Amino acid sequence: MNRSILLGTVAAFCLFAGCQKPGGADGAIVVGEFASLTGKEATFGMSSHEGTQLAVEQINAEGGVLGRPIKLVTEDNQSKAGESATVVSKMISRDGAVAILGEVASSRSLEGAPICQENRVPMISPASTNPKVTRIGNYIFRVCFIDPFQGTVMANFATQKLKLRRVAVLTDVKSDYSKGLAKFFEQSFAESGGEVCARLDFNGGDKDFKAQLTTIKGSNPEAVFLPGYYTDTALICRQAKEVGLEVPFLGGDGWESEELVKIGKEAMEGHYFSTHYTPEAGSPKGAKFVEDYKKRYSGKTPDTMAALGFDSALVLVEAIRQAGTTEGSAVREKLAQIKDFEGATGRTTINGDRDATKSAVVMQIKGGKFQYVDTVKPQSKAP
Amino acid sequence: MQQLVNGLALGSIYALIALGYTMVYGVLRFINFAHADLLMLGAYAGYFVAPALAPVFGEASYGLLAATVFLAAVACAGVGAGIEYLAYRPLRNRPKLTVLITAIGVSLLMEFGCQHPAVFGAKTRPFPQLLPAEQIHFLGATVSRVDMVIPLVTCGLLMGLWWLVQRTRMGMAMRAVSFNQQAAALMGVNNNRVISFTFALGSALAAVAGVLYSVRASGIDPLMGIRPGLIAFSAAVVGGIGDLAGAVLGGLLLGMLETYVGGLPGVSNYRDAISFGMLVVILLVRPSGLLGRAQVEKV
Repeated sequence: MNRSILLGTVAAFCLFAGCQKPGGADGAIVVGEFASLTGKEATFGMSSHEGTQLAVEQINAEGGVLGRPIKLVTEDNQSKAGESATVVSKMISRDGAVAILGEVASSRSLEGAPICQENRVPMISPASTNPKVTRIGNYIFRVCFIDPFQGTVMANFATQKLKLRRVAVLTDVKSDYSKGLAKFFEQSFAESGGEVCARLDFNGGDKDFKAQLTTIKGSNPEAVFLPGYYTDTALICRQAKEVGLEVPFLGGDGWESEELVKIGKEAMEGHYFSTHYTPEAGSPKGAKFVEDYKKRYSGKTPDTMAALGFDSALVLVEAIRQAGTTEGSAVREKLAQIKDFEGATGRTTINGDRDATKSAVVMQIKGGKFQYVDTVKPQSKAP
Repeated sequence: MQQLVNGLALGSIYALIALGYTMVYGVLRFINFAHADLLMLGAYAGYFVAPALAPVFGEASYGLLAATVFLAAVACAGVGAGIEYLAYRPLRNRPKLTVLITAIGVSLLMEFGCQHPAVFGAKTRPFPQLLPAEQIHFLGATVSRVDMVIPLVTCGLLMGLWWLVQRTRMGMAMRAVSFNQQAAALMGVNNNRVISFTFALGSALAAVAGVLYSVRASGIDPLMGIRPGLIAFSAAVVGGIGDLAGAVLGGLLLGMLETYVGGLPGVSNYRDAISFGMLVVILLVRPSGLLGRAQVEKV
């Protein structure tokens, strides 16, 4: 008796869940997005989300794809470890997402990716640069370059343009992104004849970095390579000035946020970082994106994450269009063949490792603004 | 030399927080886990009042720092006494464990309540510059103003507290309540007043530490109190919980350990493991803490 009630309930739930699965009743294609909309890396999540949203709105205004509109379901992971896997499974099983877009931070992409791979749902990360992300499986893609390239770019820039010989490295041990970037920077910096004079660690989210900075100062570096995210980076640069460490800091795309200068203020002046894109080095498609974005978000200039979020959605839709279906394996096939796709950040080509081959730009912070310094093409010295 | 200054400043902050833990414990035999969150509230109070005070005292001046610290301390003293009144007083005669769990609840409520966008939001905010930026050069070390101020403040407050506890009527009442609540009440001590006062005082100490910590580390968020709170709590235990000088000694010890280990290349990430490992050793040798004496009365 009891058991039959239980079975009945379970059956009812299954039916209910089954009904929900194939997208919305209006025949929309459901695409899931997970991002850090609040918390420590909130500006990354917000920017990539706004870019993605703009792309989806533009596609829907042109009639959607395969004759169906796209419905974007967005989940926030609060910049926390451990949330992403939960929200990704929720979007796949409950909302019936046919593809997942997301995360900027590599650590959190690494949490979501296994779920997508298991369910054979294609996932495109807009901006996770750690190589491990797409190695999770053949359903995981990205529309940005990877850290071996980014690390090489900064190492070459340090030795060739800035003529540096002694550099200290300060790594966030909690972040896969930071550890990866530091490793590749150290390799290429040593190859081009430089010396890493001190290696120190910190924990992302710490507030006091003076102990490490004092040791770094004692090793007399000409610059410090700091592959962190913007909040920690800004605090570190402020404290560096307080212990009298007056050398340039170099970093990666994790720096690019207006919060960097808001928190770091004048302590950020003169420092350099590498990133994916700048509105100044734009193509016609890039210029149109900047204009549309400003119109949509009341005059805000898009940053890298916004442009990559935009491109991730465009690339996905292009693959769905070519596949002629939303079925996971077919979309995956087409994603793997994307070549010279023209987006906001320039041309995207997906290579054999499901990573994008792209150029990088180096920026400098001057007068509280990010200024374009140099572009590095992938052919020049990509591994 | 530079590391000595860093360690002294960090240790003095831990000492300030540890003083708050130890005060409340001394009187009530109870660990106020929400203490770390009062530190966070103090920092936010400073964040909001400092811009308003800046025109009066001038940007980045000692007067501004003093006024900000004072107002934050007053605000937090109120909040601390309020928490005691609402959350702990109704449980005064319940088992100690009940109050302890309530304290953890209050702490989590404050941490995650404040993360709500309508309160403070989860993002890190830059703390305003309260002291002149230029450093002092001293025996080959570069010392920021705040690193000079912090040890002096801690030292001053330690002496002030000692005077309060040993030389005033309120201090005598606190010692009496600590010794035996019922007997104290029979002797005409108003227990509730004494306990509220203790909480207010402890919370004000947390606020002072919160503002100074933020001036030094310059970024504040609703979860900022957790790590220093934990370390300061350990500092209070190592020094001998309930003992004021012990709290300061423990704080300085932990700050120094953290700074020296944190500055060693290769092991900088294990600094907490190493400093806490040393704590275990100290407690094995002296179970009641460095200055704690078993069964000797203290406040």
